[in-house]
Amino acid sequence: MAKQETKLELSIRAAREKKDILLMTHIVLGYPSFDDSLRVVEDMVKAGVDLMELQIPFSEPMADGPVILKANAEALKAGATVDQSFEMAEKMAKEFDIPFLFMTYYNILFCQGVTSFVERCKSIGMQGCIVPDLPPAEGQDYLDAMHAAELAPIHIFTPNTPEQRMRFLSDNSSGFIYSVARKGVTGKDTAFSSELETYLAQCRNNTGLPLAVGFGVKSPEDINFLRGKADIAVVGSETIRVMEEKGVAAVKPFIETLVA
Amino acid sequence: MKNSGYYSQFGGAFIPEILVPTFDELESAYLEARDDEAFWQEYLELMSTYSCRATPITLLDNLTEQLGGANIYVKREDLNHTGAHKANNVMGQGLLTKRMKKTRVIAETGAGQHGVATATMAAKFGFDCTIYMGAHDVQRQRPNVFWMEQMGATVVAVKEGSQTLKDAINEAFRDWVTNMDDTHYVLGTACGPHPFPEMVSWFQSIIGTEAREQMLERTGKLPSRVYACVGGGSNAMGIFSGFMDDNDVELVGVEAGGRGRGSGQHAARLAYDDASVGVAQGYKTFFLQDHDGQMQDTHSVSAGLDYVGVSPILSHLHETKQVRFEAATDDAVVEAMQRTVRYEGLIPALESSHAFAQAYKEAPMMSSDDNILINMSGRADKDIFTVADAVHDPKWKDFIIEKADAYRREMNNG
Ligand SMILES: Cc1ncc(COP(=O)(O)O)c(C=O)c1O
Repeated sequence: MAKQETKLELSIRAAREKKDILLMTHIVLGYPSFDDSLRVVEDMVKAGVDLMELQIPFSEPMADGPVILKANAEALKAGATVDQSFEMAEKMAKEFDIPFLFMTYYNILFCQGVTSFVERCKSIGMQGCIVPDLPPAEGQDYLDAMHAAELAPIHIFTPNTPEQRMRFLSDNSSGFIYSVARKGVTGKDTAFSSELETYLAQCRNNTGLPLAVGFGVKSPEDINFLRGKADIAVVGSETIRVMEEKGVAAVKPFIETLVA
Repeated sequence: MKNSGYYSQFGGAFIPEILVPTFDELESAYLEARDDEAFWQEYLELMSTYSCRATPITLLDNLTEQLGGANIYVKREDLNHTGAHKANNVMGQGLLTKRMKKTRVIAETGAGQHGVATATMAAKFGFDCTIYMGAHDVQRQRPNVFWMEQMGATVVAVKEGSQTLKDAINEAFRDWVTNMDDTHYVLGTACGPHPFPEMVSWFQSIIGTEAREQMLERTGKLPSRVYACVGGGSNAMGIFSGFMDDNDVELVGVEAGGRGRGSGQHAARLAYDDASVGVAQGYKTFFLQDHDGQMQDTHSVSAGLDYVGVSPILSHLHETKQVRFEAATDDAVVEAMQRTVRYEGLIPALESSHAFAQAYKEAPMMSSDDNILINMSGRADKDIFTVADAVHDPKWKDFIIEKADAYRREMNNG
């Protein structure tokens, strides 16, 4: 597939001119409610977040750990639907001037129809998607639709991924590469070590796209470690944990400590 | 592994990136084993010395007479070690685990039969073992939990989602994405990402191969119909595979009808019209899901059939009409089980009793020249609590109350 520089990649590169590392955060739409989701996103943008991953809840989030798993289940229990997720995402993308991405599992796309899901993403102003249970070999329809809509399909590098496979994944991606810092599911601790440094260098060598690093990133120290080694630090479960422990209002000060 | 493992539109491998090398390794190990005749010989040897293969077929002469139609034969998978067909798959994957030089196995379990089988295999081969089981199923299958723990397995009660089989599968995957280097995930049925549906069906094909020969030898001809219960589909794939090329043999898969058609409380993905095609737990098949693709709660009196998805190979055989799908309700199942116990002295598991229920319904309408074959996938020892409740046995209740009182006294004195 001919590689195109998507709007997402261009805006990441532009933002990197001004900052040495960008911050991406993750929320589960509809958890604890859609109103709270909006409030949290507003606070995050004010606190200086550079891009955001909005997870459309799914009943079987296989790659997620306890915190995000629970958020998915609670959102669904409260009645969250895919339509509501789109409506909320549209509002966010209109109101806030940062790139928004969807993260969800393949069945959500499949049941909407892959092409109409992608066209809908385009029409509400989303810039890319992360679908962790859709390897490129199973996702040709998705890749074609994303390509046609000039949206970014984002794939994942892991410490188990051979270099040749990294290049293959990179060829099938645009926007950026999401590299997970360790094995396992979301929401567990990561050792920010020299081993991780070697792995990130390997990621760098095998893609020309900006590099985001997530899983276990939760403190200013972690983000400092990533400076110079990655373009984007991803904070996922930790913001949800902060919200659960200290309430929605605690999210903004938490993010401010990260970007300080 | 590109686009392999499809049965018309069903199957595939929708796996997180971190597991891609693990699945590549598994697929290679499986394909090498399939090409290696010595592997199957070793497997047959193990199954005939550690389990009880070949399992016999039994004629239900009393019920044949009572129902007055086809002659009813039963393939006795209940006589396997640990009491179910699950041993066939587990011992095969155990041999593969050794080949891959892994030292730990994990598994999901619904009824607990697959968990117990995996725990015995781990004890025999010296593997560490963790079993994931929905908290709801831990409640209803306590005897199996007891045996797993005795055999040294760690049993994790999964409290997520509906607390049944699908949630146990999700948790097993979450373990695997962390521990794949030394761990093999022994998936218990013909579902999940490629190569599991094909590989599990291969190990279970031992049932059908034996059964076909036994029916020919015993009756001089092939059965008119073959019945199997369908949870994920492994015992059904096992027995059906022996008759797949025999056009005159009708294959009947029996799903959990729960509280019946239209009740919304069942696990009939193919026999009823409530399921639609989706992708979850790593594969594409018919799922009981809502319009958005969220999995729905299922219900069955039997933990082992209480599952949202079904083997992609069976979805394919459903579409090509090579297998007919029916559903048996909870009430019909308990009745069929009681009848089998009372008049034949066989004790089919609640799962297997679904196949018996459908066979008993159809047998009277067939001729005495017809032979039918039921796969008795397991025995019901594990179901003693559930069945005692269903039949309201007062003596059992007294026994449990006395036992509980005795434990309570013991604890108060200690
Ligand atoms: C005795 C018995 N039969 C049948 C099943 C259903 O599984 P499958 O459809 O894979 O044979 C189970 C599952 O736990 C079982 O324990």
